[in-house]
Amino acid sequence: MVTFTLNGQERTFDGDPDTPLLWVIRDFEKLTGTKYGCGVAQCGACTVHLDGMPRRSCVTTIATIEGSEVVTIEGVSGTEADAVKTAWTGLDVPQCGYCQSGQIMSAVALLQMVPKPTDADIDGAMAGNICRCATYHRIRAAIHNAASAMEG
Amino acid sequence: MTIQDINTTRRGFIAGSGLVIGVAIAPKMLSAAPTGVHAGGDPALAPMNAFVKIGTDDTVTVLSKHIEFGQGPFTGLATLVAEELDADWSQMRAVHSPTDNKVYANLMFGLQGTGGSSSIANAYEQMRKAGATARAMLVVAAANEWKVPASQITVQKGRIKHAASGKESGFGAFAEKAARLTPPAEPKLKDPKDFVLIGTDLPKLDTHGKTNGTAIFTLDITPNNLLIAVVAHPEHFGATVKSFNDAEARKVQGVVDVKQVPSGIAVYADNTFAALKGRDALSIEWDLSKAETRSSEELSADYRKLFGEKGLEATNNGNVDNAFKAPGLQTVEAEIVFPFLAHAPMEPLDAVFIKADDGSVDIYNGAQFPGMDQEVAAKILGLDQSKVRVNTQLAGGSFGRKAQFGSPYIQEAAAVYAATDRSRPLKHMWTREDDIRGGYYRPMYAHRMRGAINAQGQITAWEQVIVGQSIMGKADLDPTSVEGASNLPYTIPNLKVSAHNVQLAIPPLWWRSVGHTHTGFAVETFVDELFQKIGKDPVEGRLALLGEKPRHAGVLKKAAEMANWGSPVPEGRARGVAVVESFGTFVGQVVEVSVGPEGAPRVHKVWVAVDCGVAVNPNVIKAQMEGGVGYGLGAVLFDAVTLAKGGKIVQSNFHDYRSIRINEMPDVAVEIIKSSEKPSGVGEPGVPPVGPAVANAWRHLTGAPVRQLPIVNIVSA
Repeated sequence: MVTFTLNGQERTFDGDPDTPLLWVIRDFEKLTGTKYGCGVAQCGACTVHLDGMPRRSCVTTIATIEGSEVVTIEGVSGTEADAVKTAWTGLDVPQCGYCQSGQIMSAVALLQMVPKPTDADIDGAMAGNICRCATYHRIRAAIHNAASAMEG
Repeated sequence: MTIQDINTTRRGFIAGSGLVIGVAIAPKMLSAAPTGVHAGGDPALAPMNAFVKIGTDDTVTVLSKHIEFGQGPFTGLATLVAEELDADWSQMRAVHSPTDNKVYANLMFGLQGTGGSSSIANAYEQMRKAGATARAMLVVAAANEWKVPASQITVQKGRIKHAASGKESGFGAFAEKAARLTPPAEPKLKDPKDFVLIGTDLPKLDTHGKTNGTAIFTLDITPNNLLIAVVAHPEHFGATVKSFNDAEARKVQGVVDVKQVPSGIAVYADNTFAALKGRDALSIEWDLSKAETRSSEELSADYRKLFGEKGLEATNNGNVDNAFKAPGLQTVEAEIVFPFLAHAPMEPLDAVFIKADDGSVDIYNGAQFPGMDQEVAAKILGLDQSKVRVNTQLAGGSFGRKAQFGSPYIQEAAAVYAATDRSRPLKHMWTREDDIRGGYYRPMYAHRMRGAINAQGQITAWEQVIVGQSIMGKADLDPTSVEGASNLPYTIPNLKVSAHNVQLAIPPLWWRSVGHTHTGFAVETFVDELFQKIGKDPVEGRLALLGEKPRHAGVLKKAAEMANWGSPVPEGRARGVAVVESFGTFVGQVVEVSVGPEGAPRVHKVWVAVDCGVAVNPNVIKAQMEGGVGYGLGAVLFDAVTLAKGGKIVQSNFHDYRSIRINEMPDVAVEIIKSSEKPSGVGEPGVPPVGPAVANAWRHLTGAPVRQLPIVNIVSA
């Protein structure tokens, strides 16, 4: 039995301890904003915040997160999250949209750590998130816009 | 969501206007979908016609016959309706239409389908008429109610007004009554000069749900008691199951069953991880007797052997053979080999099957040809077509992957479901490995080009031979193999283009921009080499041969102007240019490239000029150009699916089938040519020019022409 917090609520899981957090969130908790894209931490579609840090939930087994706090796209909140979502909407960043939960979770984590990121900071924080629609151009602009809005 | 929830939302709706045919079906959870309404349209809404429904809350819901996977039809089709309806953008919603090959046919295909960058092009008048019809009916309903002449009523931004009496209303109050009226036979459409929405940057209708995790994709449909199924596929194309042992798989906690299906071995489980773990535990012996066992290198050699043989003639203008015999010529030759490419959409293929109490089945999937999916699934499930409802869902990309003749993916998924007793809903899903190794690739092609330049520095002859699979499965010439080359835009007096069809066990498919993915590259790099040989500027040289192609010339000039072509290039960088027409849209691109840290091209900037006729939503057009640049660039720089010696597929996931990432994405500037021509599509045309533009810049920079893709291979070789 593993006990953890999901978007502020205490949850338990008593299935296969090898189960990746991704499938616990999606199949058992029925929170589907966190996506499957590769299963091997190559694409970032499954990014969540684990104890405040961005984490690929597809390679994080549930047995390793006892006592941890997990935040998904459905639960992410605060100044950075608001700024990022507003900036994303303002620039109409998403195309197919499938990767965008992961992009947003990575972007929020970046801004929590670096409120005024440079292009190099953005490359470093976001290079693990693939967007096959290649919305990168707008993702970069939206992160800068979010940073400016937070400053303002 | 439960099955009961789904059942309670399934209701037929009947047309007051007599125009609506179809059934609205949606899982209840879609109430949280990006547009805030049920797929197929809430049955409680008043149907004005097959494409427009109006709610008592004044919302206008457009039923999109085209799947939304990022290319923008929800927003585009809603814009067309809203324009003629004189609606306010804030009241517009969009959902997928039900499946109906007649009512919701793509007017270019004759059946329901999305592809060929045709959504706006085929629906431009149809959707405007749908909006104009609804407007006319609302006006008559208001006139009847207010007892005033319809001619005195105006509609603006969603408000119906009669100035003389001071009466005013939204649409909702008259929706029910209007829906019962006979629609006008030929609704009057606006003069384009009166457009207020078409041509403006309206915000996309699907953005909100795609920024907060509420947008529902097929993979997200999770009814209670759901069974998850994955299939173990062979590592060779054309291999079949010889024998298998499922003892270990069945021991995995959560695995429910294991069955052989035509495409491999299916594992059924209570959750996704159990299904995947069970699949990993299978032991399967494959029969390779009918499999493709040649390597990519061997295939390439076999393709090139065909260059000298007589092919299928596509174009034969003038007399190429004689032209090459003329004295005093310089000739240039090139062979270029293009690899197999996987589409690799972010959401791998998936489908959900749910049986209703009457035995009929609802399928939920990212259906690009929903009518075909319905027909194929009905056959496999042993049901009448009317008992199978295909509910198109938002799809996490496609790039062509979901547009398949005969719906082979749905064949597998339906076979997996048909092998159960259907008492539980079932989700069939592919993993990324299934996707990268699943075939239906952009085929491998080999091109041989010959060009002749006379003493005056004119290109007098061009011969091009293209070898590869026919995507359309044709025995004779497949136009998609030669498009872009057979209709070479440049005026060259002697032109011969031919093709050879190759049969392989590796299934081919269209990949974002189809033939132009390789013909655009071959033509635009080769013509650039010829200009270099002649000593002509790449832009000036092209323009001189585009005399009969003003729209090509227009985007080329514009892109050159944006890039300030001819101005000094920063140290260590070079510029390249390309112009390609695809699907009736013209795109010119200039790129600026340097040698990156790993010796591969680093693309800094791309200037894009696009002419797609009337620009319905410039914001969406620009987004598609930006995305097309990234998608095309990633493929030419990094991607190939290759077969090792013995025919085994080498790549399996994003670590070895790379996608472009944010740190590799260039800055992209887009300008749209102002035009009153009929609108054409933008989903694909941004892709073809970027590869050749980069290769041209690379050749200018390093002296090395790109003869093999991806570029990263020749750099690391």
